Amino acid sequence: MSIKKALLNHKNDILLATGILLLAAICFLIFSFSMKEGKYALVTVDGEQVYKHSLNEDDETVILGANSSSGEQNVLVIKDGKAFVKSANCPDKICVSHRKISKTGETIVCLPHKVVVSVVEE
Amino acid sequence: MKKIHKITFISIFAAFAMVLSYVEMMLPPIWSAVPGIKVGLPNVIIIFVLYKLSFKYAAFISLLRVFAVALLFGNVLTLSYSIAGAVISLTLMWLLKKTSLFSMVGVSIAGGVSHNLGQIIVAMIVMQTKEIGYYMAILAVSGVLAGIVIGLIGAMLLKYTQKIKIK
Repeated sequence: MSIKKALLNHKNDILLATGILLLAAICFLIFSFSMKEGKYALVTVDGEQVYKHSLNEDDETVILGANSSSGEQNVLVIKDGKAFVKSANCPDKICVSHRKISKTGETIVCLPHKVVVSVVEE
Repeated sequence: MKKIHKITFISIFAAFAMVLSYVEMMLPPIWSAVPGIKVGLPNVIIIFVLYKLSFKYAAFISLLRVFAVALLFGNVLTLSYSIAGAVISLTLMWLLKKTSLFSMVGVSIAGGVSHNLGQIIVAMIVMQTKEIGYYMAILAVSGVLAGIVIGLIGAMLLKYTQKIKIK
């Protein structure tokens, strides 16, 4: 392929980028409209359910990670109808910085500990 | 290209890609609430090699980088994410380049978005949850932006090295 051909094809590039962005926007809209206030916080570790609690009652609990023998822990807090991870000893702390969740389908994921917190309807 | 040239070429560019991976690890996360948003600096090398030489070289360098980086800084889990992202994005970039429909920027955009898609799919399998698919909307936008940046840098590299003939 010639250099010129590799560098000049802006029209198709813009079409491609717009297409992807449109698709993402549509998905995002569908997601955000289909989300209802959830009733329960559900925690799974490595695919297995370990905890379920109503969002209407405040609670604070320690979730043991998939490799609990090495002390993997996430502290899950339920307050004012929202669930969030208050603290964790995972390396990246992504779960801690995640915003509070309250709508059905929303999740907080801690990849290193294989912990998934999700809000469910029932 | 003589065999010794091939080996040298692959080694140098794999090293470039590894250094860029390392540099990217040093950078602070762009938006910590959504993991996975990054520029994908090593892809500059991969897409440059894809255009300058061939898919074969790009694939070799990409896999070398993925395994070396996993050995040095990662583990089996991060390796599975990297492989998924690398394989799906390089394959798609190669196919799109063949169609000649897009410029390097377009090809790189497709590479960026499909890289994120590959990692989301692995995350869904590893975590046994489909809810995180919802991140894909955000990651698609970041993939497009990253793809534009990488594509432009790649095009620049290609332009400034067009007098250097390898073959």
